Amino acid sequence: MLHTILTLILVSPLIGALIAGLFGRQIGRVGAHTATILGVTISVVLSAYVFNQFVLEGAEAYNASLYTWLVTDGIRFELGFMIDELSATMMLVVTFVSLMVHIYTVGYMDHDEDYDHNDPYYQRFFSYISLFTFSMLSLVMANNFLQLFFGWEAVGLVSYLLIGFYMKRESAIQANFKAFLVNRVGDLGFILGIAVVFVYFNTMDYNEFFAQLADNKDVMIEIIPGVEWSMITLMLILLFVGAMGKSAQMPLHVWLPESMEGPTPISALIHAATMVTAGVFLIARLSPAFEMSEVALSVVLIIGALTAFLMGLLGLIQTDIKRVVAYSTLSQLGYMIAAMGASAYAAGMFHVLTHAFFKALLFLAAGSVIIAMHHKQEISDMGGLKKYMPITYIAMLIGSLALIGFPGFSGFFSKDSILLSLNEAERFGSSFAYILLMAGVFITAFYSFRMFFLVFHGEESEYVKTHQIKESPWVVTVPLVLLSVPAAVMGLPMIEPMLNGTYFGSALQILPQNDVMMTVYTTYYHGAVDMIVHSFLTLPVILAISGVVLAYVMYVQVPTLPAKLKKMCPRGFYVLDSAYGFDRLNDIVFVDGTRKLGHFFNRVVDGKIIDTGMVTNTFMAVSNSADALRQSQTGYLYHYAFVMILGLLAMLVWTLW
Amino acid sequence: MLTGFPILSTLIWLPIIGGLLVLFAGRNNDSAAKWLSLATVVATFILSIPLWTGFDNSTASMQFVEQVAWIPMFNIHYHLGVDGLSMPLVLLTTFTQVLVIASAWDVIKDRVEQYMGAFLIMGGIMVGVFVALDSILFYIFWEALLIPMFIVIGKWGGPKRVYATLKFFLYTFLGSVFMLVSFLYMYYLSGSFSILDFQDMPLGMTAQILIFLAFLAAFAVKIPMFPVHTWLPDAHVEAPTAGSVVLAAIMLKMGGYGFVRFSLPITPDASMTLDWIVIALSLIAIVYIGVVALAQSDMKKLVAYSSISHMGFVTLGMFLVYDIVQNTGSMQGAQLGMEGAMVQMISHGFISGAMFLAIGVLYDRMHTREISAYGGVVNKMPWFVLFAVIFSMANVGLPGTSGFVGEFMVILSAFKANLWYGTLAALTLVIGAAYTLWMVKRVFFGAVVNDQVEQLQDLNKREFAIMATLAIAIIALGVFPGPLMEVMHTSVGHLLVQATTSKL
Repeated sequence: MLHTILTLILVSPLIGALIAGLFGRQIGRVGAHTATILGVTISVVLSAYVFNQFVLEGAEAYNASLYTWLVTDGIRFELGFMIDELSATMMLVVTFVSLMVHIYTVGYMDHDEDYDHNDPYYQRFFSYISLFTFSMLSLVMANNFLQLFFGWEAVGLVSYLLIGFYMKRESAIQANFKAFLVNRVGDLGFILGIAVVFVYFNTMDYNEFFAQLADNKDVMIEIIPGVEWSMITLMLILLFVGAMGKSAQMPLHVWLPESMEGPTPISALIHAATMVTAGVFLIARLSPAFEMSEVALSVVLIIGALTAFLMGLLGLIQTDIKRVVAYSTLSQLGYMIAAMGASAYAAGMFHVLTHAFFKALLFLAAGSVIIAMHHKQEISDMGGLKKYMPITYIAMLIGSLALIGFPGFSGFFSKDSILLSLNEAERFGSSFAYILLMAGVFITAFYSFRMFFLVFHGEESEYVKTHQIKESPWVVTVPLVLLSVPAAVMGLPMIEPMLNGTYFGSALQILPQNDVMMTVYTTYYHGAVDMIVHSFLTLPVILAISGVVLAYVMYVQVPTLPAKLKKMCPRGFYVLDSAYGFDRLNDIVFVDGTRKLGHFFNRVVDGKIIDTGMVTNTFMAVSNSADALRQSQTGYLYHYAFVMILGLLAMLVWTLW
Repeated sequence: MLTGFPILSTLIWLPIIGGLLVLFAGRNNDSAAKWLSLATVVATFILSIPLWTGFDNSTASMQFVEQVAWIPMFNIHYHLGVDGLSMPLVLLTTFTQVLVIASAWDVIKDRVEQYMGAFLIMGGIMVGVFVALDSILFYIFWEALLIPMFIVIGKWGGPKRVYATLKFFLYTFLGSVFMLVSFLYMYYLSGSFSILDFQDMPLGMTAQILIFLAFLAAFAVKIPMFPVHTWLPDAHVEAPTAGSVVLAAIMLKMGGYGFVRFSLPITPDASMTLDWIVIALSLIAIVYIGVVALAQSDMKKLVAYSSISHMGFVTLGMFLVYDIVQNTGSMQGAQLGMEGAMVQMISHGFISGAMFLAIGVLYDRMHTREISAYGGVVNKMPWFVLFAVIFSMANVGLPGTSGFVGEFMVILSAFKANLWYGTLAALTLVIGAAYTLWMVKRVFFGAVVNDQVEQLQDLNKREFAIMATLAIAIIALGVFPGPLMEVMHTSVGHLLVQATTSKL
């Protein structure tokens, strides 16, 4: 019974995707969105059932195989399900956000400047987002590394297709190419991590892998003669490289800002709520392994904290509404990863969940603004939109308050659990990370409300004055309302079971001495309401509120201030404007470097040395001697060939005689 | 299985006789030539299916055996048979032949009967290579294949076809002469030309080394391996589409097949001593050739280099067993690599065939293969681009396509043999994606760049059917590789025992 339900959850979006994709022209727009929305709705409803069973009722984890991909060398490569609190939660979040995005898309993709109305782009888009839902579900439901990798690559593929959805635009097809390549660099680490699992554990199955961890604790691996590393640390770092690609951690973050070339609904679904959190999910899923390597956890912690802080800073100067949200996603992903590195897995996952809702909300609200602005995305073209778009305004406000961690909102609880846990952590790098993340709170508040004030308050721009701006249709606003509710209140009932570890139960494994969240729970926690009340005197909330106030002063009260500041420190601005130079470095070293190397190999090694040197000289010798003969012959090359074969046969007969 | 029906002979001679018939009956009657050819390849394909359905997975011995004395004086036999290593390749051949004939349907207008006839004859000969169990018979098929291919490129090829054909011919011919000498030497020792006898006979180390190198010369050229690979891009560029398809999908596999049928079982000790040569050349193929592919401006050349790079996985997977045994003390993991290599051959047959057919579709319309002449094809040919992107993603080794299966297996196995082998091999994840998707970006996506692209028509029904068949094959093998594996298990296990049993 459960097996059938899980199979249905997994395949119904796939069926919807196939119907919309293959028969899009025949069934038309309505047929396509009905089929896909129906498919995803089935998944949501059944996921809710599964969520109830596993999270609320606390059913035993379910582990079963779906089908065997191949068996060889005594290893079964399978697809299957591992359902516990962790996957059940992710399933519900993925399907719910996906459903909201499906509905929203009906409005958002209705008209498109890039496509002729007769082009079935609309059907194709629905097909892709349903296909994405299927891929993401197979990733989170997996019970083994192979399937994880399947899902991992499949979401990458759909992301590639969707970033390049406007395939006539050079910027879009450049962005998706880059996204795929950067993700592949991560996948390189990931597949090597899987190879370590294969070599030392002889299985792909999570449970069998976990069972052997203790026996392999002290295995060393010789990287180069004389240099030995802990096998588990190496494996985890390699797997984490994969996570860095998908979850856009520095220095593999460069693809995410450009992924905003895709239509806004998928920025919400893929590049904010679900796919980019796959790396965080991976670490949570493998928590029993990560617990065994302090080194790997420190790496995770430091990379996460750096990403959270440095990417947040870049959010300060963005002028495109989607880019602000994109950098904020990068920064928030850093928070989640840092939490993982501090062994506060539940806190990180908690932030994944709240972030999925409030970030999807923010993106969809930004999309609503973009619709109203007739697909203009520059913040400077907006201003004073509050009175034209009240629903979007409130949605954006709720999303922003959740994002900055305003007391009571969902993001407050998840972010505060991360910060409190980090404060308790004693791992290498944890104080450094704590400072960065704390500073990040101020930055987050500042850039979020900078955008908020510039878009909705202040002077109306010329564009707003001269064009008719109106609130978006119901298919757009209903998802906003539906997402606002969890973004506002979902933290309240979840904080306690998250902190004391009962929410995820045995799905997350933490060594007692690493369990910082339990320390936080026993030392500081006296109920959710108490947490809200006392928070106004704590540093994070003070920082968040000062960020908002400063944004208000700079962008509403004294709007001339930002320009002055920019003039005062041009260097700082330059560093931020060039995004720390990662793109230039990549362009010069990797892109141009490899291309030049390729041309060099092609021209010199293959061309001059092998072809001219080795081959043509031999060829010329043969050809010159053949010239003499050619005079008396037919001149057809294949005649020569035939004669050669005959001659060879004659020679053969002669030798054997 | 023992139906008594000479199924292997039928698969060899039906297309050859059909080809001769087409040559004579199809003169001045293109339509008859086409239909007769199609009937022949379809019949051959259907007749090859019992090889799969009647195959006994539990044994490594030869099946569907046919043996009659041919030249008794030298103990040469007309001896045919298949095992789990060759049977899938036979099916790949008969399957590809159908697509090859279909792909030339309206495209070739000049001397249709000769073109079709050449491909039919090639099809029979290729089956012969995979099923011959007598080394002389094998050698005859091996060399005979050059003639129709030579004619196809030389006659229907591009402007530099003379250079390309001679290069192709000399390379492969020179490589295989050494192989023939090895056969003769082993005949003097054993009194038999049977490949199975060669596999069982004892051989001294010096002899093994020399024979191994002779085989390496023959097979390395065919696969091709660095540094004897430069004939392939030239041959591809000049060959007509169907020629490229046969070349990439089947002829390259003959080299890989040679390693598992000859090198490993006949010269196991030399293979163990010299495995580093093959491994080093394979890794160079995967990494270096991949980077060279990035620099190509001609689509066919790019896919040709990509083929060489992918064939690096085949040779790598085949020679991992020795390092695995040496480093871990057991064979665990070697089977994975070897089967990965075999799957990679089948998969590459589909993918490279598909890529060349896709390029052919564009070439038929625009008469250029220069990447820079294209851009924004998707706007005019959406169905075509759908298939082309599926094929490209398979070329990139995306899970769910056949391209993933072999690469994944070989990478895992290589990592077991040596951490750095695995790491270098895995670089293909990035390099392969770079050259393939960069081409995809420049050719298929973007805005329409010129009037010629503006005029493009999407796939016709025939092209659609070919593309769809390949796409289904690629995805089916990617999602359900299990059945193919089961066919190979026993034979691969047997091969690994042979490869690790000393003959000294």
